[in-house]
Amino acid sequence: MPQPGSNYAQPSERGWFGNYGGRFVAETLIHALDELQALYAEACADQQFQQRFSQDLARYVGRPTPLYFAAGLSAELDGPQIYLKREDLNHTGAHKINNCIGQALLAQRMGKTRVIAETGAGQHGVATATVAARAGLECQIYMGTEDIARQALNVYRMKLLGAEVVPVSSGSKTLKDAMNEALRDWVTHVDNTHYIIGTVAGPHPYPQLVRDFQSVIGQEARRQCLELAGRLPDVLVACVGGGSNALGLFHSFIDDVNVRFVGVEAGGHGLETGRHAAPLNAGAAGVLHGNRTYLMQDGDGQILATHSISAGLDYPGVGPEHSHLKDIGRAEYDSVTDEEALDAFRLLNRTEGIMPALESSHALAWVVREARHLAERVVIVNLSGRGDKDIQTVAAIDGTTL
Amino acid sequence: MSRISAVLNGLRGQGRKALVPFITAGDPNLETTAPALSALARAGADLLELGIPFSDPEADGPAIQAASERALAAGASLADALQCVRAFRRDNAHTPLILMGYLNSILAMGEERFAQQAGAAGVDGLIVVNLPPEDSATLRRALAAAGIDLILLAAPTTADDRLSLIDRSAGGFIYLVSLKGITGADHIDVAAVQHHLGRLRQRTRLPVLVGFGIKDGATARKIAEQADGVVIGAALVAHMGALQDDPAAIPAELECRLREIRQAMDG
Repeated sequence: MPQPGSNYAQPSERGWFGNYGGRFVAETLIHALDELQALYAEACADQQFQQRFSQDLARYVGRPTPLYFAAGLSAELDGPQIYLKREDLNHTGAHKINNCIGQALLAQRMGKTRVIAETGAGQHGVATATVAARAGLECQIYMGTEDIARQALNVYRMKLLGAEVVPVSSGSKTLKDAMNEALRDWVTHVDNTHYIIGTVAGPHPYPQLVRDFQSVIGQEARRQCLELAGRLPDVLVACVGGGSNALGLFHSFIDDVNVRFVGVEAGGHGLETGRHAAPLNAGAAGVLHGNRTYLMQDGDGQILATHSISAGLDYPGVGPEHSHLKDIGRAEYDSVTDEEALDAFRLLNRTEGIMPALESSHALAWVVREARHLAERVVIVNLSGRGDKDIQTVAAIDGTTL
Repeated sequence: MSRISAVLNGLRGQGRKALVPFITAGDPNLETTAPALSALARAGADLLELGIPFSDPEADGPAIQAASERALAAGASLADALQCVRAFRRDNAHTPLILMGYLNSILAMGEERFAQQAGAAGVDGLIVVNLPPEDSATLRRALAAAGIDLILLAAPTTADDRLSLIDRSAGGFIYLVSLKGITGADHIDVAAVQHHLGRLRQRTRLPVLVGFGIKDGATARKIAEQADGVVIGAALVAHMGALQDDPAAIPAELECRLREIRQAMDG
């Protein structure tokens, strides 16, 4: 929900964050987006809705999540004072559930009986299937066949939760293609279906409402950091695929101009190889999935295949607000490779007894790499999800069959 | 008056309806496209729609997705699509040709540059599936300078006041999407189409062509009772898919299929 008194009033009424965002969809969907926007504005002003959202987050999701001082990791890196925002401790194991709780309430308020979602790593699919089960909504999850193969555990979880997982074998068979297919479903079943987009991308009002629902992360972290460290943090670090966990953390600090924002994209095999998923570092502005934003694309505007060890970051676009924050210089965006992320994954297991998701390991890896420049700094890393779902991937890299 | 308006006005004057086939540029290879367009014109197409291949055609069903994938596999780009138009124009200077695609292709080339090159190649109209009228002003100006109409879509879900906005921003004709769904869908409801046509007619004097899900001559005929014309895409494109290993046979096949539809439609 908008921060009272903030100088930062984005997006515009029509969904623009500077030059990014907008509503680039088939005409058939415009009405549903208008309806969602109006209903969301109404919900923002409705005390009861806000109360219900907060209650669900407290009693069902388990919020607030701790801000944990990682003494072992800080000692190991001998530089920054590292705090972990423990979104991995949420119900279903990642930050994704915050947004799904909010959108399920919106779906019910609109009288929709069915929800759909796209998923890459499966975390958003699991979170959507979870809220659908709880609210008694029919649920279909679109997932690329390549992701189905590497996230078998989450696929089965979604089935146990009563959702139908629909394999998508078009294009690159990953998250972007799942999103195409979800848009095709939505345009066909728009009367009874709400599309729960899982990240701060898509047509307006999604980038705004997903950010707002996720901003609970930063609201808590800001308060907790003042309590624990006695001051505001110097640096916030989060991984960026679509970018919802990053904006969720950053948003409450937007007016704290001395707090540095760092978004970490998936560098894959290295930016120079072209096999990565880092549009803010190596892409160009364009239009995909309803919004204008940085994209990985060729000179003909074709969207390029991406690569990341982490399915949740394997996406050629990024939320439009990140594109805006990059252009105005409020946030900086860097990347780490698959290998750096894997090393950080292992390091956190060893030093803290915490198994991070491979997505979140990208944020950690940036801190590891930059530690010598961060001496004495208070750094908050968004530990956006837990790594149980990635055990098979890591085991396969180690040559172990489970 | 644009070539599109001239043709549609002429048809209106004769009490005839426009038949508009759609194929994707470069499907299954670049050599086939110009002869296929010529064959469709011979078979009675009044206007032609040529798809710009795109990696993420989110409003298209399986048939046109597959056409885009075949074209991209053959290396087709927007520049190649314009080359196909130039080749077709050597043969045919009178049938209006409309490019249809997604906004990112146009942005990658640059709106101005696209408009100039498309105009020079002989393109008459452009449909951008994911460009709402609110954000179309820049492109519309660039296209107007090149003599190209920006054709806008209306949908069954479009509210009445928005239909008026679309009317104010559109050129050439309005493309009414027949159903809630994607191209090639199989749940077209003729009565519903007529209802939405009625709503639209009250708010526009532009011709209205209907597309999405029209697969055969009989349906085309029923829709054309009220509309100024129909667009047929996925049904034709599916035949091209079946002949992808024998592309030389495609123009004759398209000519035969479209002639059947033309006859059924005209009765």
